[in-house]
Amino acid sequence: MEKEQYHQLEQNVTPKPPYFKNVAKAFFVGGLICTIGQAVSLFYIIFFNFTEETAGNPTVATMVFFAMILTGFGLYKKIGQFAGAGSAVPVTGFGNAVISAAIEHRSEGLVLGVGGNIFKLAGSVVLFGVVSAFFVGLIKYILVTLGVVSW
Amino acid sequence: MVMTFVFAFIVGGIICAIGQLLMDVGKLTPGHTLSTLVVIGAILDGMGLYEPLINFAGAGATVPITSFGNSLTHGALAEAERHGLVGVLTGMFEVTSSGISAAIVFGFIGALLFKPKGNVD
Repeated sequence: MEKEQYHQLEQNVTPKPPYFKNVAKAFFVGGLICTIGQAVSLFYIIFFNFTEETAGNPTVATMVFFAMILTGFGLYKKIGQFAGAGSAVPVTGFGNAVISAAIEHRSEGLVLGVGGNIFKLAGSVVLFGVVSAFFVGLIKYILVTLGVVSW
Repeated sequence: MVMTFVFAFIVGGIICAIGQLLMDVGKLTPGHTLSTLVVIGAILDGMGLYEPLINFAGAGATVPITSFGNSLTHGALAEAERHGLVGVLTGMFEVTSSGISAAIVFGFIGALLFKPKGNVD
């Protein structure tokens, strides 16, 4: 069988994912995680004099801390099975990817196991974040130099 | 005050719903989906659109992974404005990224504290 044909057959046989249900679950759980994040933000704004814009940093760190607790007790995976992108897209999902890889490879040692594998799952996010930030910065720098836009 | 929570819920929910659509309809793996969203966040900040979104939706914009691309770009642009081209590189991690440092530190602590539970997908 040709590769094309196989691909066609595979598409016909694979059941369609329940699009609406999945999107609704992702929306609800993702929204809920961000609402919890908003409560954390408010906490930093009120008690530590952060502004709406600067509160993002401590909020993200706190959310990652929550992710560590949930991941450690094996609960984040259960949320993920229900929510799909709803728990993967928030920064807690990034935290879960890093932390679960670290815990999983602990038995291979701290340096080669934890150190070598901690970014196994989340590395692509860091890579593409940094590279895209570089090119966006470069393009904007060129555009400003040419006088097309201003900072 | 209450409205910020509503906007955080809606905007955060929409970004996650877009992620779900990329996975289901676009047939992307979770890794491809997250990488795509990070790149989108970086581009939006380059066009000056992410900051207004944060002002509008608070954690609805700072908690999804798109904010990671935004804060990397934000640092790069701020430093490029002050020091020129080299600032694009030196400024990148200036604003960022409590997300990365927190994930590394808590990942290390987590590895010391917890036993594996088959968490890796």
